[in-house]
Amino acid sequence: MSNTPVNPTRKATLLDKILGRVQPGGDELNELLEIKTDEGIQEMAPRGRTTDREMSIESGTPSRLGEGAARTAEGIRLDRMDVDIEVPEDETMILNLGPSHPSTHGVLRVMVELDGESIMRSKAVVGYLHTGMEKTGEELMYHQGSTNVTRMDYLAPFFNELTFSLGVERLLGLEIPPRATWIRMLMSEFNRISSHFLWLATNGADLGALNMLVYGWRDREMVLSFFEKVTGLRMNHNYIRPGGVAADLPDGWRDDVLALCEAIPRRMDEYDNLLTGQPIVQKRLQGVGPIDADTAIGLGLTGPLLRSTGVAWDLRRDQPYLAYDDVDFDVIVGTSGDCWDRYAIRFNEIRESVRIIRQIVDMMPGGDYRVQDKKVTPPPRNRIDESMEALIHHFKLYTEGFRVPPGEAYVPVESPRGESGCFIVSDGTSRPYRLHMRAASFANLQALPHLARGSLLADTIAIVSTIDPVLGDVDR
Amino acid sequence: MSDQTPETDTHAAQESPAQASLHGCPSEMLFGAAVVHCNRDSYLELCRALKADGYVMPVGVSGVDYLTHPGRSLPEGIAPERFEVVVELLSLRDRKRIRVRCQVPGDDPHVPTLFDVWPGVEAHERETYDMFGIRFDGHPDPSRILMPEDWEGHPLRKDYDVGHVPVQFKESPSGVSAAGGSGTGR
Repeated sequence: MSNTPVNPTRKATLLDKILGRVQPGGDELNELLEIKTDEGIQEMAPRGRTTDREMSIESGTPSRLGEGAARTAEGIRLDRMDVDIEVPEDETMILNLGPSHPSTHGVLRVMVELDGESIMRSKAVVGYLHTGMEKTGEELMYHQGSTNVTRMDYLAPFFNELTFSLGVERLLGLEIPPRATWIRMLMSEFNRISSHFLWLATNGADLGALNMLVYGWRDREMVLSFFEKVTGLRMNHNYIRPGGVAADLPDGWRDDVLALCEAIPRRMDEYDNLLTGQPIVQKRLQGVGPIDADTAIGLGLTGPLLRSTGVAWDLRRDQPYLAYDDVDFDVIVGTSGDCWDRYAIRFNEIRESVRIIRQIVDMMPGGDYRVQDKKVTPPPRNRIDESMEALIHHFKLYTEGFRVPPGEAYVPVESPRGESGCFIVSDGTSRPYRLHMRAASFANLQALPHLARGSLLADTIAIVSTIDPVLGDVDR
Repeated sequence: MSDQTPETDTHAAQESPAQASLHGCPSEMLFGAAVVHCNRDSYLELCRALKADGYVMPVGVSGVDYLTHPGRSLPEGIAPERFEVVVELLSLRDRKRIRVRCQVPGDDPHVPTLFDVWPGVEAHERETYDMFGIRFDGHPDPSRILMPEDWEGHPLRKDYDVGHVPVQFKESPSGVSAAGGSGTGR
């Protein structure tokens, strides 16, 4: 490794780091990095700069070690020998997976440092899809907000709308009609199925089971056509709105739902034969990327990632919202926290969702599908023609919006990827003062360095796949 | 805000008096959620104590810029500052949530990192830094996460202009430019 003197005014590039032009270690480099920019670098820094604390991101140590056990006055002591870190820096290779790579499920860039084919370190670089949706959310009125948030996690749009609407309703103190609650549950569960179908498809493709890719998309389309019938759109529905849902279920919805409930479990049995029993899929998933429960909790992982470690945590059961109290379902948990568990959990959650949907069909109440509060709900179109008052309400609602009392609310929901929640701060006007989406994918992606550490490059594909990040959700 | 009736909450586990104290910091129930307020000096201590109470999962860290909304209601003993760092915590054992709101002055926005308490705040703190310019002292990787690294400014601050793209109109069919010929961006 060369000892080229460092020019403090020049910005270090990735090439510099690969060629070792920037010497790692010591206060000198730290000083240099501080001079260069106070924003630091987003790329992977030379390994010599990796402190024990930083390494503990990869190994999850702070959550695993008990207080005082391995904490010394200097901080955390780590066993650096669990991955062969003695390899000289010029014998490793830094490789970029993505940002445009078929198995990154969007525009995710994963930097991996390789020793041969083993991964020593990895880092997810995100932000390629950032479009400032939280800033946009501050500009839109509450009745427009669900149009914005639905585009965040674009594979689970109903959950974005749901958590936004629940937050606004919490601030308004609004009680929504039972039928709206149950319609919301119906759409949420179908959305969970469609999201998991897409995951099955892409996961199959990542593992080389390309026939699954076609089947997964086909079955997702089956669910999306139901969405289209109900909401008018396949994706980005803007269907769940503060105060209820946009429209009642169409005539004959019960037949459609029951037909889907017939078809989906049959398809799942086929995929069980196709994938679950297949030795290649088993070899690619079993024992790959394991994580333990304490680490997962400390990293803030939720959803199938957390449940795969054996923690039975599902907001639908543990902090029930909507009417999940009234339906009967099982929370699927794993034991070893590896890719295989995450695969099995998503697989069986589809079946559980079908079970919930069957109960929803039986218990769907009648009545209004949105709250009859003229300040929140626009009047029906035909009322505008015959009622001056309705016209005024409509005009006021669409020009000024409705005011929400000052305060803040965070009502999380269990999305297919974990806890999704919208933190809304209101200053009493008709626009949110602050809208923050707690994105499940964003938090779950923090597990990547931990899961990938010490595994093979090919396993990274399986690991990213079973984390199931949606980059629209990560970057917002 | 006080005349708002706390709405019927499904989170039955969250029950505490309306105005109370938790680890020496004032706490309250706000729209059915437990909130504890602190300032920068007591922030880390409070979070450590909350972790010992069973709040083992960091749900998220975000920020709020109260520049244009200074008159928010805060409990006694908490002086309003420009920024707030908001930490959502979850206790799996008790099925409870709590929200920590830490006041951060606008002239020198920095707070200690919670990385040593919960490693899962790493990405959230980076995002908060990126969006608000609040520095997290001791964070292992204090870089931008969503914006490009050479980006100037912090977009979610209230004094950050949303900006606009100058619109270029096509020339009119008669050949007379509608914009007077000069392509001045506004």
